[in-house]
Amino acid sequence: MDEKVLTRHFGVEGLFRIDVYRGQGGYRAVETALKRMTPAAVLDEVKRASLRGRGGAGFPAGVKWGFVPQNVPKPRYLCVNADEGEPGTFKDRYLMNHNPHLLLEGTIIASYAVGIHAAFIYVRGEYEAVALRLEGAIAEAYRNGYLGKNILGTGFDLDVAVHRGAGAYICGEETALLESLEGKRGHPRLKPPFPASVGLFQCPTVINNVETLSNIPFIVQNGAGWFLKRGLPKDGGTRIFGVSGMVKKPGIYELPLGTKLRTIIFDHAGGMKEGKQLKAVIPGGMSAPILTADEIDLPMDFDSLAGAGSMLGSAAVIVIDRETSILDVLKAVAKFYSHESCGQCTPCRIGTAWINKIVKRLARGEGEQDDIDAIVRLATNIKGKTLCPLGDAAALPILSICQKFRRELEGYLPHA
Amino acid sequence: MSSEYSSSLRRKIDEVVARYPKKGAALLPVLHLVQREVGCISPEEERFVAQVLGLKPMKVREVVTFYTMFLRRPVGKYYLQACSNLSCSLLGAGPLLDYLQQKLGIGIGETTADGRFTLSTVECLGACEQAPCLMVNFDYHGQLDREKIDRILESLE
Ligand SMILES: Cc1cc2nc3c(=O)[nH]c(=O)nc-3n(C[C@H](O)[C@H](O)[C@H](O)COP(=O)(O)O)c2cc1C
Ligand code: SF4
Ligand code: FES
Repeated sequence: MDEKVLTRHFGVEGLFRIDVYRGQGGYRAVETALKRMTPAAVLDEVKRASLRGRGGAGFPAGVKWGFVPQNVPKPRYLCVNADEGEPGTFKDRYLMNHNPHLLLEGTIIASYAVGIHAAFIYVRGEYEAVALRLEGAIAEAYRNGYLGKNILGTGFDLDVAVHRGAGAYICGEETALLESLEGKRGHPRLKPPFPASVGLFQCPTVINNVETLSNIPFIVQNGAGWFLKRGLPKDGGTRIFGVSGMVKKPGIYELPLGTKLRTIIFDHAGGMKEGKQLKAVIPGGMSAPILTADEIDLPMDFDSLAGAGSMLGSAAVIVIDRETSILDVLKAVAKFYSHESCGQCTPCRIGTAWINKIVKRLARGEGEQDDIDAIVRLATNIKGKTLCPLGDAAALPILSICQKFRRELEGYLPHA
Repeated sequence: MSSEYSSSLRRKIDEVVARYPKKGAALLPVLHLVQREVGCISPEEERFVAQVLGLKPMKVREVVTFYTMFLRRPVGKYYLQACSNLSCSLLGAGPLLDYLQQKLGIGIGETTADGRFTLSTVECLGACEQAPCLMVNFDYHGQLDREKIDRILESLE
């Protein structure tokens, strides 16, 4: 069985053009959904497929769609999360560059299922080339009757526009993304209310990741059973793992959910670079707690990683070798979160800044005896005490590094 | 003053504004357009954008100062942003940044005297498989080493 679903046709020349995409069977799922299925039937199929969100939290897409009220007189919106700011993550860039129509097809079907007539694709600002590629694909889709009024003569209307971010990791967080789309600072909102009921412009809103939506056409076309067979019973489908760091072949690898981390690193990514040995792995983007070299026999799915105290997150695998000092890893993590904290709540704003200061002085050889404990205390005081999940995203990896590599870190203390 | 902005910019702004149910929502894309034409968002551009979108200039300033991509001062003709995040650091981004500084004779955040180059660091660019990497204006360059940096800079001179 060919395992690849989303990236299967990546080798096809010009796949980003609508005629080539259609030649590979593209847009048939839109026909199937809009002409032969009711919105409720589409929703039901996606629910049964156990498609969990690929953006980070792993929330089941069908369940999220089901939360959107259908009986309010307001418009409903779809926001495609293409902010891709999580360090280590680059899969959505591949999906949008190679296969922009697949994302559009998923967007159309999701909008049909939820009764949405306007969608925005929020692309990180640095991805200018990606934004242009998407705009080209959107224009083609309009010309071919897949977007706009009365799509394929079914009476269903949908407008899609690209919205570019401007360099702020926090705007990947769904409520910060909404604020940013409304033309404001990316300050996360207090939840509840959840975006499904009060979202963009105070209207019911669905927010999904690029990879999540790119799976939808396959679920509609082949059925939930087919999709589940490609992954696990509670975790359907494949995942695009982005591997970077000290491996021979960094890149994206689309594999069934539940593939072992060892297999990803050593079979697919070619193993460690010449002469390098494995020390640690960050398995799901920088927000994910670190794993040691002894923990790589874990299956890569949401529940297994949560069970091991880490998370699958954006499935970005960062491979760290023994010659790299763990203090350098901690330094990169601390610098990133202190830079990206939006500053709204005190534990996150002050905590990440202090941790960054302490780590920097440790790295200069000017540490103080109590420094590692101080970092742990500060991170513990961020954990669970902030308005948005960025607080935990900073605290948890920092705590895991301090716990699993304490001995090495102590080597950086004075007189150690 | 605002009459100095080109009619093509004004036309593009109108197009962008039409995509949103509320005018103010077009603030980020409009700032991108203005920055592309003018090079940065100075207080004068803030006032222009505020007037076009019917916002208070203070609202525009709040947004401009929040997002790292909006420049409040002009940068060099080539804006080099070197990734300093983890995957790039693992593969030598640190020493390459030193090399860039030495070669250009400027520090991070500075512009060369001839106004050609501005150097800065940036958090993960979403191209970690090509680490270490660098953005020159909006072009990505990856798998950098000293020779590649030399070649890139030569091609820009
Ligand atoms: C600080 C922070 C940054 C995030 N960045 C992204 C991102 O860049 N892309 C993304 O899809 N989700 C990101 N998320 C997750 C989103 O909040 C949200 O869960 C996701 O877009 C939902 O889509 P999904 O259910 O399809 O995964 C981020 C979350 C947090 C807390
Ligand atoms: S946790 Fe951090 S990023 Fe999130 S709202 Fe608070 S200050 Fe902002
Ligand atoms: S860490 Fe440099 S591009 Fe991601």
